[in-house]
Amino acid sequence: MTRRTRTWLLLMPAGTWFLVMLLLPLTVVLVFSFGERAPAGGVVPAFTFEQYANLPARWTAFKNTLTLAPVGTLAALLIAYPLAYFLAVKVDPKWKTILLVLVIVPFWTSILIRSYAWIFLLGGRGLPALLDWIGIEGVRLINTPFAVLVGIIYGYLPLMVFPIFVSLDRLDKRLLEAASDLGATRWNTFRQITLPLSIPGIATGCMLVFILLMGEFLIPALLGGGKVFFVGNALVDLFLQSRNWAYGSAVAVTLVIVMLITVTIYMRLINRLGASREDVSIM
Amino acid sequence: MDQTGYGGALSEAVRTPVAEFRAVSKRFGDVVAASDLNLAIAEGEFLSFLGPSGCGKTTALRMLAGFEAPSSGQILLDGEVVNDIEAHQRPVNMVFQHYALFPHMTVAQNIGYGLRQRRPRLSKAEIAQKVGKALDIVRLGGFADRRIWEMSGGQQQRVALARAIVNEPKLLLLDEPMAALDRKLRKEMQIELQNLQRQLGITFVLVTHDQEEALSMSDRICIMRDGRIVQIGSPRELYDHPQSRYVAGFVGSSNFFDGTLVTANGVSASVRLANGDVLEGSMATDLPVGHAVCISVRPEQVALTREGEGLPVIVQNRIFLGEHTEYLVKHQELGEFLALSPRQSELADGPFETGDTLLASWDASAALVLERN
Repeated sequence: MTRRTRTWLLLMPAGTWFLVMLLLPLTVVLVFSFGERAPAGGVVPAFTFEQYANLPARWTAFKNTLTLAPVGTLAALLIAYPLAYFLAVKVDPKWKTILLVLVIVPFWTSILIRSYAWIFLLGGRGLPALLDWIGIEGVRLINTPFAVLVGIIYGYLPLMVFPIFVSLDRLDKRLLEAASDLGATRWNTFRQITLPLSIPGIATGCMLVFILLMGEFLIPALLGGGKVFFVGNALVDLFLQSRNWAYGSAVAVTLVIVMLITVTIYMRLINRLGASREDVSIM
Repeated sequence: MDQTGYGGALSEAVRTPVAEFRAVSKRFGDVVAASDLNLAIAEGEFLSFLGPSGCGKTTALRMLAGFEAPSSGQILLDGEVVNDIEAHQRPVNMVFQHYALFPHMTVAQNIGYGLRQRRPRLSKAEIAQKVGKALDIVRLGGFADRRIWEMSGGQQQRVALARAIVNEPKLLLLDEPMAALDRKLRKEMQIELQNLQRQLGITFVLVTHDQEEALSMSDRICIMRDGRIVQIGSPRELYDHPQSRYVAGFVGSSNFFDGTLVTANGVSASVRLANGDVLEGSMATDLPVGHAVCISVRPEQVALTREGEGLPVIVQNRIFLGEHTEYLVKHQELGEFLALSPRQSELADGPFETGDTLLASWDASAALVLERN
């Protein structure tokens, strides 16, 4: 077997996977999006832009997704960075592994079950009752954008913590000594050395969280109570409830395009900010 | 021993030491990394800490830089106690073992890093001018905008050097700076460092485990062992007048013969060896009669002859070194030892062959009586 055939053979499973599970369905969705709604669900083949013309009807879903996804990503970043920094730089090495495992522990239970726990916590008999008891009355948390944000941050925090942790953990601590030796204060050492060198981790974490958030539907469905609607929820609704596949496909294609555009802009920004050619590798 | 570690001749120059250790000890938990260090470093000198790994030399350097605080004792810079002054406020810069250059900055940005930290701020033009000058000094003009990973190991080392000297520190600390370079480059860098030191007049403090490096570059060497300073002196002093077997063995190489001190008058001494022979030697330190001692004789002090007086030995091995020939010889009772013969002496007597029986002798003044450990 030549080197070349071996390489191809090894790439086959992934290649097949991408072709069958990604490209093919995407093509189907694209074709559907130009079709017309069949009365009993499904699609009547056609070539019409009618579905796309109807998009503004779902504007709220796009608006919610495009606000809460970036806000959620940013909030997760702000919470995750200090935690990742603590785990990578400050903590006694013998505790490191245990604490890292604790970060993943929530993943051992389904997000569905954990979100139900949040329904209780944010619901009338949870936190609001507690606030009521200390004298802050009439606070409503469940079924608000805030509840969705809390759920999002909670669910996606580990995905943000890990890439940042890795980049900070790999950071050569002697560089920090060198900076201090050259007269940099702690703050300047962080700002000029630690932060720029952890950009790859930040970039990866934000990308992971942002992309997954754009397609999120479970958390808004459970904690938003149908009032805080994501594109994901719109898709569930269109495909499963109203069985309007053609329109659903158009919404899905639009979401993919919006994602491509935002991610491209994001990558451009990161690369400009980004340290060196060698250090920045985003996904 | 003189507390500051300076011999009489040098003491004139030491009125204002640029740095000083006063009874400094450092413990990490139960481990004593440095104990009771007393040392004054003179303005403009090139001082080396020499010792095997784990001897405390790096700890000493890190305490000067401010990365470690002494557990007890005082560290002074320019006559002021700096125990509580943090690294970033000390007028001291370091060249790190693996350079620790900032990978996300260009060569010029690395070199200018220290200057950009100054308050009040320096103007951009001023920084650029100083960086340019530093680049010229380390002969890297034209490399200003290169990325660090585009530079070779030797070039990276020059960048690290420039990044430190551009700040005109009181002390330049060098932590095994040559460890990552190949032999040829190391030789070049040694010469370059020495020139640089003379040119800039900055006090250099080098940490190394390489005796050759320490001997060739330093004005003074501070030999360390197990966290303690064993002996301080110029390379020549240490070589000619080691005060312990450890130093004699660490600086250059030497032959040692164990025995017991039988007579001593402060200058010369006689030592009874294990086989009952009595050898004459000169005292390196004061030791009482009856003490377990050893006699140290440098290989080049051992004269080999076919006739005359001396210990009867048989040539075991011969290594031709060009200028010199090294003979491994064996005495019936004293065992094997080395003799280094210069070329000229050979020409007269003819080269000795393996198996030849010869006579080994040396001057009593070249046989140093030292404490055994």
